[in-house]
Amino acid sequence: MTIDLLPHLKQMLSAPGLSGYEDPVREIVRDAWELLSDEISVSRTGSLHALKRGDGPDPCPRVMLSAHMDAIGLMVTGIADGFLRFTQIGGIDPRILPGQMVTVHGRRDLPGMVVMPPAHLLPPEAGSGVAALPYLLIETGLRANEVDKVVRVGDVVSFAQEPVDLAGGALAGHTLDNRVSVAAVTHCLDILSRRKHAWDVWAVASSQEEVGLTGAFTSPVEIRPDFAIAIDVTFARSIGSSDWRSFPLGSGVTLAWGPNIHPALYDEIAATANELDIPFTREPAPGMTGTDAYAIQVVQSGIPCLLIGIPLRYMHTPVETVSLKDVRRAGRLMAEFISALPLDFMQTLEWK
Amino acid sequence: MSPNQKRTPNSRQRIGKRQTDLLASLCNALSVSGDEQEVREIVLREVKPICQSVKVDALGNVLATRIGSGADRVRVMIAAHMDEVGFMLTQDEGDGLYGFSIVGGIDERQLVGKPVIVGREHIPGVIGAKAIHLTTPDERKTALKVEQLRIDLGPGGAGLANVGDRAGFATRYTEIGPSIRAKALDNRLGVVNLIELLRSAPENIDLLAAFTVQEEVGLRGARTAAYHFNPQIGIAVDSTPANDLPAYDEDDENTRYNTRLDHGPAIYLMDGATIADRRLAEWLMTSAEAEGIPYQIRQPNPGGTDAGAIHKTRAGVPSISVSVPQRYCHTAAGLIRKSDWENTLRLLGAALSRLDSKILTPLEA
Repeated sequence: MTIDLLPHLKQMLSAPGLSGYEDPVREIVRDAWELLSDEISVSRTGSLHALKRGDGPDPCPRVMLSAHMDAIGLMVTGIADGFLRFTQIGGIDPRILPGQMVTVHGRRDLPGMVVMPPAHLLPPEAGSGVAALPYLLIETGLRANEVDKVVRVGDVVSFAQEPVDLAGGALAGHTLDNRVSVAAVTHCLDILSRRKHAWDVWAVASSQEEVGLTGAFTSPVEIRPDFAIAIDVTFARSIGSSDWRSFPLGSGVTLAWGPNIHPALYDEIAATANELDIPFTREPAPGMTGTDAYAIQVVQSGIPCLLIGIPLRYMHTPVETVSLKDVRRAGRLMAEFISALPLDFMQTLEWK
Repeated sequence: MSPNQKRTPNSRQRIGKRQTDLLASLCNALSVSGDEQEVREIVLREVKPICQSVKVDALGNVLATRIGSGADRVRVMIAAHMDEVGFMLTQDEGDGLYGFSIVGGIDERQLVGKPVIVGREHIPGVIGAKAIHLTTPDERKTALKVEQLRIDLGPGGAGLANVGDRAGFATRYTEIGPSIRAKALDNRLGVVNLIELLRSAPENIDLLAAFTVQEEVGLRGARTAAYHFNPQIGIAVDSTPANDLPAYDEDDENTRYNTRLDHGPAIYLMDGATIADRRLAEWLMTSAEAEGIPYQIRQPNPGGTDAGAIHKTRAGVPSISVSVPQRYCHTAAGLIRKSDWENTLRLLGAALSRLDSKILTPLEA
């Protein structure tokens, strides 16, 4: 079977799934991965595991693909005259919030909007310049008595901006970080369903990456992979984002290089990409990568890791922009690499 | 007029599907000051069948006249501006990225992270922001300026748009419970209200309807429209901020709200551009009270409407403004109550039916 990637991605974007509250998006990923795998389960911390068995003799060596499915968002901290005060889940620049459309997940879902009160209602230091998070409000369009009935402190709030198709095969929307990587894993499983592969493939849609890599620290304990590939978004070049940390949009994936990455594994996947003409850029990661790879590497007695990056503009805003070509490239690179893995691959990796 | 006069049919005007559908199509249209064609086309389609004369003047105003049948008719000009605040592309930087300027008054802090539409084709784009991961804490305390932002049409966007094209927020009209959320409610509400008033104009007046251009950049259309019509009375129908949010400090009461939702149409006594004619204010308030229509006085403070230009035209035109209160004017999405809109239309309809030129005789001291 072949999964149509754009509808799959948009379906994931339509579902909430804030860190710790991943259930709605997990159901959508499960529906897609169930068709492409042999076993499916959910970890104690909410990550989705799908096993696609290899053709090798039991027990096969195992590779784990980890793409976090959780989203950044907001949580209600108070209600004032029908307006909601809130805090953040994950890293959010308060400057992007005024005027953002959201969904308040109360006793029922309410459409809402983040609003910035006029200066005279705020302390002097907050009125001009940037209104920090505590000064912003959510407007639901309902009268105060109705809001009091439907919303409670602790309700989560997700971004609601509909994704926008842009010229040149790009998509803009919220939570493309990191649903595009989940889509890339789906694409990989889809290709592998028509290929022979000796290794067992464990696809993981991990939980709570944005608040401390919870899923990535825990799933490898159950799966015990021989090595792992983390897939996440990286910075695409755009206004204000042009230094060495940013990569051109639509010109290929990145392969991270640095202490979180096993150098011999890097050489192997880079060789595969070169052989198949899948464009990539080496992404210098001199310190921590801030991705699932950072956690997975140090689980138990250690796991060799790779990190594939999909360039994305305007990260952690509701208009994150990605090129679908790069998403497919990430999926294809993983599938090609995995299907070519010999059973004794780990024994051939050498420190040099 | 007597407060005991029987209620006029116009005071029973209701907001139904026809009105909300029209408002939705008007709000979803893009009509930035100086390029009002999309809204002008909708207005012409709506008013041509119901007016004796319709013309488009040198600036692009739509000037429509509906003549009454009574004797001693009052010549009333009502103005509703068709334009909205928005953007103009100013620089093509290649790769689908365009620099832009703001047209009218938009707080720069409202720009970041929004989808936009560009040009007559409504080409989709976004205004992005640097990833939080690449910012410093100090940077995050400094508001982004329009010069630091770009409209991004995507990697295939090179050559899709032209310098000079207008752009606006991509927000779509939505009804939420008792409220309506949309861009450009300032002043598509006025445009719908004026079209509705033309439909049901009473016979005791000549209704001189000016759908004006360039209000947001200096009340420019209203000036020439008022000259053309030479009316006895001028009324601007618009939308005005409702700053009725809670104060951050819970011990503070918000006493500077300008207007409040759920309190009915806002009648102006004074703004930054006009001191409203006292006789007209009296007429509107008396009409509202006689018909049992709620209203509020807009707190006198800066701001302005087309009345600012109309009242100084020719030898002077007694003028006033009536607005629908709206939260979050001049942002990606404003919010109104349907009931306030309905009561605004009811008030205007009822007051026009009760209008007689005697109200223009000098007031007693």
